[in-house]
Amino acid sequence: MAESTTPAPGSPDQFTPLHSEREIHALTRPSLSYWQDAWVRLKSNTRALISLYLVLGLLAFTVIGPMIWTVDPSAQDVDQVSRPPGADRAARVVEPYKPWDGSVAVVDGERLQLADTPTNQAVRLIWPAAPGAESYWIYRNILPVDENSAKGLPLIELFGNGTTHFEDRLDLAPRIYYYTLVALDGTGVPVHRETLAVDVKRVVTVEEAVGRGLADSAEDLLVSDVVHLALHPLGTDYLGRDMLARLMHGARVSLFIGIFAPLLYVLVGVIYGSAAGFVGGQTDQAMMRFADFVVALPFLLFMILFKIAFGIGPGESGVMPMLVAMVVLLWPSTSRLVRGQILQIREEGYISASRLLGARAGYLILRHMIPNTMGVILVTVTFAIPSAIFTEAFLSFIGMGVAPPTPSWGSMCNDGIKTMLTTPHELIFPALLISITVLAFNLLGDGMRDALDARMRSTE
Amino acid sequence: MLRYTLKRLFQGLITVWFIATATFFAMHNVPGDPLANDKAATEEIRANLEAKYGLDKPLVQQYLIYMGNILRGDFGISFTQKNRRVNDIIAEHFPISAILGILAVVFAGLGGVLWGALTALYRNRLPDIIIMFLVILGISVPSFVVAAISQLALVNLNDAVNFSLLPVAGWGTVWHMLVPSLVLGLGTMAYLTRLMRSSMLEIVNSDYIRTAKAKGLPPTRIFANHQMRNAILPVVTVLGPSIAAITTGGFVVELVFAIPGLGRYFVQAVQQLDYTVIMGTTVFYGAFLVFMVIVVDLLYGWIDPRVRLE
Amino acid sequence: MTKHTPANQDSFTSSAGRQLLAFGAASIAGVIVLMMALSWASSLTSTGSISTDAVDVTNNTLTLFLREEPPQLNSSLSTDTVSGSVLGHVMEGLLRYDEHNRLAPGIAERWEINEDGALFHLRPDARWSDGKSLTAHDFVFAWQVALDPKTASEYSFILYPVKNAEAINKGELPLSDIGARAIDDRTLEVTFERPIAYFDKLVAFSTYYPIRQDFYESTDGSYGSDAHTLLYNGPFVISRWVHGANLLMEKNPEYWDLDRAKVDKLDFAYITSDASATLNLFKDDKIAYATLQAENLNNAMEQGWDIFRFMDGSVFYIEFNHRPERPTRNLNLRKAMLYAQDSAELVFKVTKLPGYLPGVSLFPVWLQGVNTFFRQEYPAPRAQLNLEKARYHLELAKQELGVEEIPPLVLLTGDNPISNIQSEYYQQIFSKNLGLDLKIDKQIFKQRLAKMLSGDFDLVLAGWGPDYDDPLTFADLFASFNLNNRGRYENPEFDKWVRVAQSSQDVQERMDAFGEIQQILFDDVVIIPNYERGITYVTHPQMRGMVRRAVGPDPDFTNAYIVE
Repeated sequence: MAESTTPAPGSPDQFTPLHSEREIHALTRPSLSYWQDAWVRLKSNTRALISLYLVLGLLAFTVIGPMIWTVDPSAQDVDQVSRPPGADRAARVVEPYKPWDGSVAVVDGERLQLADTPTNQAVRLIWPAAPGAESYWIYRNILPVDENSAKGLPLIELFGNGTTHFEDRLDLAPRIYYYTLVALDGTGVPVHRETLAVDVKRVVTVEEAVGRGLADSAEDLLVSDVVHLALHPLGTDYLGRDMLARLMHGARVSLFIGIFAPLLYVLVGVIYGSAAGFVGGQTDQAMMRFADFVVALPFLLFMILFKIAFGIGPGESGVMPMLVAMVVLLWPSTSRLVRGQILQIREEGYISASRLLGARAGYLILRHMIPNTMGVILVTVTFAIPSAIFTEAFLSFIGMGVAPPTPSWGSMCNDGIKTMLTTPHELIFPALLISITVLAFNLLGDGMRDALDARMRSTE
Repeated sequence: MLRYTLKRLFQGLITVWFIATATFFAMHNVPGDPLANDKAATEEIRANLEAKYGLDKPLVQQYLIYMGNILRGDFGISFTQKNRRVNDIIAEHFPISAILGILAVVFAGLGGVLWGALTALYRNRLPDIIIMFLVILGISVPSFVVAAISQLALVNLNDAVNFSLLPVAGWGTVWHMLVPSLVLGLGTMAYLTRLMRSSMLEIVNSDYIRTAKAKGLPPTRIFANHQMRNAILPVVTVLGPSIAAITTGGFVVELVFAIPGLGRYFVQAVQQLDYTVIMGTTVFYGAFLVFMVIVVDLLYGWIDPRVRLE
Repeated sequence: MTKHTPANQDSFTSSAGRQLLAFGAASIAGVIVLMMALSWASSLTSTGSISTDAVDVTNNTLTLFLREEPPQLNSSLSTDTVSGSVLGHVMEGLLRYDEHNRLAPGIAERWEINEDGALFHLRPDARWSDGKSLTAHDFVFAWQVALDPKTASEYSFILYPVKNAEAINKGELPLSDIGARAIDDRTLEVTFERPIAYFDKLVAFSTYYPIRQDFYESTDGSYGSDAHTLLYNGPFVISRWVHGANLLMEKNPEYWDLDRAKVDKLDFAYITSDASATLNLFKDDKIAYATLQAENLNNAMEQGWDIFRFMDGSVFYIEFNHRPERPTRNLNLRKAMLYAQDSAELVFKVTKLPGYLPGVSLFPVWLQGVNTFFRQEYPAPRAQLNLEKARYHLELAKQELGVEEIPPLVLLTGDNPISNIQSEYYQQIFSKNLGLDLKIDKQIFKQRLAKMLSGDFDLVLAGWGPDYDDPLTFADLFASFNLNNRGRYENPEFDKWVRVAQSSQDVQERMDAFGEIQQILFDDVVIIPNYERGITYVTHPQMRGMVRRAVGPDPDFTNAYIVE
C-alpha cells in the first residue's frame, strides 16, 4: 500500500492515519490459493489433463470394472485355452466322453480312417494292419502334409502289429488337422505311410454346458443342439481364464503396489527428512549418514533378497512383502529432498517471524514447512509410481513377484511372453496397460511439476 | 581436494561395511535350507556339509569370520558350484556385465544428447514427433518386453536376409554386444532425450544466447559452444545415477540374451539360495556403486566449476 | 523460440543440423572403436562363443547348448542331469549304456556278478587322457572319495551295496575297509554288503566313475571345477570351459575305441534355460537341437521342422502329507481328491505337450518286468473321474475328522512354469469339484525342500527321476526308512515288500513285490499320479544319431554324426 499516499515530510499533523481503502483492494480476479492456482495451470495443460483422465479411467477400470464385468478371474475353461478375442464360440452339444477300446461299428477300411465323428474331445483313428510292420507312429500337423514335408507332432509310438487304433485327445482345437500314419518294420525302415485330413468340430457336453451356465438346465439341451461358449471379450489365457477379468484384478495388484508403495515411502521420507532438516546439527548429520547407507544398497538385488527373506506364506499373494521391501529401500531419496527443502525454508523470514511469535516446532513443521514442500512431494510421488509399477513387473518377470493364482500385469506379461508368437493377445493387453499407466503418470507428473513448482518448471 | 577424496573413501568403506552386514543378516533370515537337495542327505552328510561351509557355528561367530574374510578380500566357496571360489565367479562374470553396462551408458548418453538436440532443433516438426514417439515407447514399455521382441526381430531379420547378420543370443564377439546393450540403455536414452530437449529449449531463451547473437557470433559457434555445451550439463548430472541403475539392472537382458554376466548368476544364486554367491555379489556390487558415486562426484567438480567440493 | 526471421531460422537449423550430423557420425565412430576395445579386453579374460553354424560339415563340429552350467564335474559330487550328460561324454564307467540304451561293456570288458560280489576285468587299452593307463585302483580310489565323510557326497548312498560302504560314509570305519579291491591293475573285485540283483546297472552311474589319485590330489580340492582340473577317460575331453558361457568338447585321442565318437568337436556354445532363447537360436541355425514348449508347437509345425519326442523317465505326482496332525492323513479325504481329478485332462488340456502321459502309477511305463514291460505285466489300477464317489468319500472324511468343512489345505509347489500352471489348475479343480480350499504355497527350490523336509505342507507337487534302470529306484521311495519319503508315509506291509525287492535275486519274486507295492500305493492313495514327463524337441536335419534316454547321460551326442 506504499503507493497510496505520498505526503511531504514535515510536522506530525501532516500524518493522517491510513484508513482502509476497500476500493483499492477490489480485485480484478478472485483470490487464488496455491492449490487453486496449480489446478488452473494443470487444467490449461492438455497433455496433463488427458493423462489425468487416463489415470482416473484406470482407477475406474480397477475399482468399478469388476462390478460391471463380474466374470470370476480364476474360473478356468479348459476348452477355450489361449483364445484370441473374437474367436468363434459355437459348439455342438454331445454325449459325455466315454473311453474307447478301439472297437468300431463298421469296418470297411483299407485305409487310415476315422472311427467316430472327430470332435475336440477326441479324434479316433483306425487303420488296417500293414504287412511287415513292427511299430506304428502317429503324427499330427496343422499344415497339409505331403511325401517330403515334415509330419508334425509325434503323438504316439505303438509297438507290435497288434494295435491298429489310436485316440487323440491332445489339445484339440476346432480346425483341420492332418494325421499321418507311419508303419515301420523291425529295423526302423518305413514300410507304409499315409495321411488323413480331419476337420475337428467343437463340442460341449450337456453337463459342461449346464456347469458353465450356458444353459439353464439339462432338459433345455438336446444332443446336437448348438450353444455358444462363454464370451471372453479380450480372449483367454493359458488356463482358459478370462483376460478382461484378470486384467482388472491384476490392476488391483499393480496399481496397489504402484500407488501405495510410493505413498508410503514418500511419507516415511517426509517424516524422516523433515525431522532431520528441522533439528539440524549433529543429529541431522547422523540421520543423513544413515540415509546414505540405505541409498547405497543395490536396489534390485536387495529387493530380491528382501522378497525371499520375508517369505510368502501359503495362499498369500506376496504383495505385502514387496510393498514393505520397497518402503524399506526407497525412503531415503525423498528424505534427502525434503530435508533440503526444509533447510531452505528454515532460513526464510516468515519462519523466524513465526518463531518470534512463539510457534512451537510441531506447528512450524505442520503449518509452514510441509505445506511449502507439498508441491515437490507430490511431484516425487507421481514420478515414483511408474518406477514402482516397473519394479513389480520386473520382479514378476524373473519369478520373484506375486504368487499364483494372484494375477498382476507383470506376471501376466511374463506368461504372455512365452506365447508371444502364437497368441500375442496374452502379452499385448497387459503390456499395453503397463505402458499406458506408466505414460499417464509420467505426463501427469510433468504437468504437476509445471503447475506446482515454478522453479522446476520446464520450458514447454 | 585430497582430504575430501580421502574423507569420501572412508565414508564409502563404512557404507560397504553396512551393506555387508545388512546382506549377511538378511541372508541368514531367509527361510529355507541352502544345503538341501533333491535327494535327502543323511545326518552325517549334512553335518559334514555344514562344517565345510561353517554353518555349524553360532551366527555371531559366522558373522565375524565372514567379515574377516571380506577384509582379506575372500568371499568363500560357492554352495552350488562346490569347487569354485566366489572371487573367481565375480572376476569372470563381472567384466561381462560391466562391458554391457558401459556400452549401454555410452549409447544412452550419446543417443540422448543427439536425439534431444535434434528434437529441440526441429521442435514440433516431423523429426521431433517421430523421435518423441519413440521416446514415449522407450519410457513406457517394460525392458523385458523390449528385450524379447528385439530378439524375435533379430531372428526374423536374419531369416529375411538369409544370413546371420547379428547373433540372436550368446556372448563373445563385438556383434554379440550390440543389441543387448542397446536394449539395456534404451530406457535411460529415452529419459535423457527428454531431459536434453527441455534443457536445450530453456537455453535458447537465455540471456547469454541472446548476447552471443547480438555480438554477431556465427550460428555454428552459438550452437556448439553455448547451446549444446550448457544443455549437456544436466544430462551429465543424471548420468551418474543412471550408471548404477544400468549396471545392476542387467538381469533381464542377460537372461533373455543368454549372456553369462554377473546379474544372471545372482538370479540363479538366489533361486538356489547360494549364500556365499549372493553375499559376495551384493557386497561387490554395493562397493562398486559406492565407488562409482564417489568418482562421479569428483568428476562433477572437475567438469562444472560451479560445483565446489567442500 | 528465438526471434529469427524464417529464412534466418532455417539457415540456423540446417547449420546446427549439420553439426549434429557430424556429432552423430563421430559418436558412431567412437562407439565402434569402444566396442572393439571392449571386445579385445573381454577376450583377454575369456574366450567367447563364436557364432558358427549349428552343423559345420568342414570341421565336423556340432554346435549345441546346455540347459544349465554344470555346478562342477567331479563325478563323486555330481547330482544333476546336466552334469550327468556332460560327464557321460567325457568319462566312462565299468559299464555304460549304448546307443540302443542297452547295458554295454565300458572300461570293463568282462564281468561276473554273483550273490556275494562281482569281478570286473578291465580292458588293457583303457587310458586316461594324459596317456597313463587306467587301473582298477582308480575305481577303488573314486569310491573311497565319494564315501569319505569329508567329501559329503550327496549320492554316496548309491555305493552302499558295496561292503562297509555305509559304515565308511558314516565315519564308523576307515576308508581302507571298503569292499572293493584291486587284485591287480586289470582286475577289480567287489564284495557286496548283501545280495543285489542290479549291481551291473549301478556301476554305469556317474558316482561309480574312476578318479586317479595322484591327479585328484594335485588339484588341491578343485577337482572337476575347470577343464584343466579334470582327467578324462571317455570318448571326448573338455578342451575349453568358460563358466556360464560355453563348453567345448573334442575327441579324446587316448580313448580305447576311437571309432565310437563320430564328430570331432561338440561345441556347447550357449548355456541358457530360457526356452525362447534356445528356440530363437535354433531358428537362426545356431544350435542343432532345441526343446519345445507347448506354446511353440504350432510355430514348429509352421516352420516345417522334424519334431521328436521321448519320455525322460520321471514321474510327477501330488504327494500327501501323512504326518498325524495333518487332515491329509485321512484316507477318505485322499480318496475324495483322487476321484475328483482326471490326470488325462491335466495332460491333454493343460500341459499340452505330446510325450506326456497321464499319470496312473508311480512306476513309469518304460520299466522292464520279467519278460516285457512291467506295466504290461502288472497293469496299474486306475481311478476314473467320479464326482459322486469323490463326494461320498469327502462326506466320510468330514465325519471321521469331525469337522463341518475341511480346513484350507496347503499345496506346496516350486517356482517353475509347469508347476505354476499345475498348481493353479488343481486349486480350481478341487475347489470346483469338492469345494476344497487349496492355498498355493509357491517357494523357490531350497525353500520348498526345507518345507518338504519339515512337513510344512498338506500336498506337494513332487516328482521323481530314476537313478538306475530298475523299478526299485521308484519302489523304495515311500518306505518308512527312506529319507526322501517327505510325506512320512508309514506302512509295515509296504516296507516288507521293499525289503523283498531289495534283497531277492529272483526276477519273478521281485516283480511280484513291485506289483504289490503298486497296489498298496493305489489303495492307500499315497500319491495322486499326475503325469510321466515327455520331452518334445527338434533337431537339425543334418544331425543324426543323437541318443535320448531315461536312465543315464541324456542327451548323448557321442554317436551323433553329420550327413551332407
